[in-house]
Amino acid sequence: MTNIESESVVLSVKDASVHYGMVQALRGVSFDVPKGKIVTLVGANGAGKTTMLRAISGLVKVSRGAIQHHGVAISSMQPHEIVRRRICQSPEGRGIFLNLTVEENLDLGAWAAPDKSAYKVNLERGFDMFPRLKERRRQNAGTLSGGEQQMLAIARALMGQPELLLLDEPSLGLAPQIIEKIFEIVQRINREGMTILLVEQNALQALQIAHHGVVLETGSVVLQGPTRELLASDEVRKAYLGE
Amino acid sequence: MDQFLQHIINALSLGSIYALIALGYTMVFGVLQLINFAHGEIYMLGAFAGMYTIRWLRLEQHPGIGSLLIALFAAMAASALAGFIIERLAYRPLRKSPRINLLITAVGVSLFLQYTGQLVFGSDPQFFPVGILELDGYTWTYGELVIEPMQIVALVLSIILMLVLQYIIFKTRLGRAMRAVSFNHDLASLMGIPTNRIISATFMLGSALAGAAGVLVGLIYPKIEPLMGTMPGLKAFVAAVLGGVGNVTGAVLGAFTLGLAEEFLVGYWVSTYRDALAFAILILILLFKPSGLLGVHRAEKV
Repeated sequence: MTNIESESVVLSVKDASVHYGMVQALRGVSFDVPKGKIVTLVGANGAGKTTMLRAISGLVKVSRGAIQHHGVAISSMQPHEIVRRRICQSPEGRGIFLNLTVEENLDLGAWAAPDKSAYKVNLERGFDMFPRLKERRRQNAGTLSGGEQQMLAIARALMGQPELLLLDEPSLGLAPQIIEKIFEIVQRINREGMTILLVEQNALQALQIAHHGVVLETGSVVLQGPTRELLASDEVRKAYLGE
Repeated sequence: MDQFLQHIINALSLGSIYALIALGYTMVFGVLQLINFAHGEIYMLGAFAGMYTIRWLRLEQHPGIGSLLIALFAAMAASALAGFIIERLAYRPLRKSPRINLLITAVGVSLFLQYTGQLVFGSDPQFFPVGILELDGYTWTYGELVIEPMQIVALVLSIILMLVLQYIIFKTRLGRAMRAVSFNHDLASLMGIPTNRIISATFMLGSALAGAAGVLVGLIYPKIEPLMGTMPGLKAFVAAVLGGVGNVTGAVLGAFTLGLAEEFLVGYWVSTYRDALAFAILILILLFKPSGLLGVHRAEKV
C-alpha cells in the first residue's frame, strides 16, 4: 500500500478476530474505510456486524489482528478515548438514554467534542435536520416514537463532531417511509463530507447508498468491493437481495 | 396535639439523617447495581473524622456554626476519600464479575472496616464533642412540645445538602454523566464519558453525604463507636428500597416515611419494635412492590 493511499484511509481493520468466551464472533475480518465514503457492512443476523462496530468503538477487544485509525492502533484503547479521536457511534436498538430529555441526550453526544464553541451550531444543525427533535427537546427521550429515537441517536452522534460516523442498523424496526428518510439523511451527511461506516441487515437499500460494501457471513468476510459490482453479482443478488 | 407535633419534629430530624445515608446507597446502586453494604461504615468513619477534626483543631474553643461547618466538611472529605479508595481497591477489580461476588465483597469490606475501626479507634463508645455549637438555653418549649435546636440544625443542613445534590444530579455536566452511566455503561462510554471516573465521583458524592450524616448524628446522639454504622446503614438501605432503589427522590421519600413510621410506632405503641419495623417494611415491600414507591420497571434493553 502506498502512502497516498493510506493517507486517504480513515479506518483500517486488519485480520480482526473477536471471541466471546469460547464463541468466535469475528474471524480475521479485514477492510478499509476510505475518507469521505460510505462503507456498508451487510449480512444476516448474527453475522458479526454489530460485534465489528463494538470492536471499533472499543467495547469489545479484538483477540487477534488490529484496528487502525489513520495508522494508529486503537484496538487497545478505552471506548471514551476512541470517541475523543472523533469516531462516534449511533448504537443499535436506538441506544438512547430513555431517562434523559432529548436535549440532554444531545448534550451528552457533545461530551467529547473537540470544539465546544461549535455546540450551538451543531445543535441547530441537528434540529434543522430533524425538526421533530426540536419540538420535543424538553421531552423525555423515552416518549419518542421509534423513528424519532433513531433520529435522536444519529443527531447525538453528530454532536460529537465525528470524523468517522458508525451507524448500527438505523433502519431496524422502522416503517419504510421513515427508513427512506433516514437513508436520505445518511446520504446528505455524507455529501457534506462525512465518512460513514453503516451496518445494515437491509442489504439492498444499504448497498444502494454506499460506495463500498463488505458482506459478512458467520464472522467472516465473504465478499467485498464497490457496491456497483456487488449489486451486479449473482451471488449477492441470490443470497442477500432475495432474488 | 403537642405530642403529635413532637413526633413529627423528631421524625423529620431522624428522617433527614436516614435520607443522607440512603442517598449514597441509591446513587451507588444506580451506577453499579451494587448494594454497598460498607456504606454504614463510611458513615461511621465520617463521625470519627468529624470528632478528630474537632479535637485536633480545638474547635470546641470556638463554638459556632463556622466550626461546625469545618468539622462537617472535614468529615465529608474523609468519607469521600474512603468511598473512593473502597471502590478503587475492592469493587473496580470486580467490574466484570458476577454481581454476587461484588455483594459478598461489600459485606467483607463492611466487616473489615468495623473491626479495623475497633482496632484503631478502640471499641468503647467515645463522646462526640457537642460543645462545638453553644446551644444550651436555646431549647424551645411550648407546652409539652420540646424542640432541640440541634434537631433543627441537622434538619436544615441535611435539606441544604440534599438540594445541592439535586442540583448536581439534574443541572450539571457531572450529574448528566452520572445519570447516563446509571442508564447503561456501554452507551455512556460511547458518548466519550470516562465511566470509571464517573463511578468514582458517584461513590465520593454518596460517601460525603454519609460522612455529613455521621457528624449530625454525633451531635444529636453524642456517643460514637466503630459498630455504630450497622443499624443506621441497614435502615437507610430499607429507606432506599422503600423509595425505589436507584431513585434519588425515592430515597428521600423512603427515609422520611421510615422516620415517621418509626417515630409513631414508638410514640403511640411499643418502643421495643422500633428496629423491627424497618425490617417488616423491607419484607413487605420486597413481597408486594419490589420496585419501591417511586421505582419504575425499566424496559428490557434490546
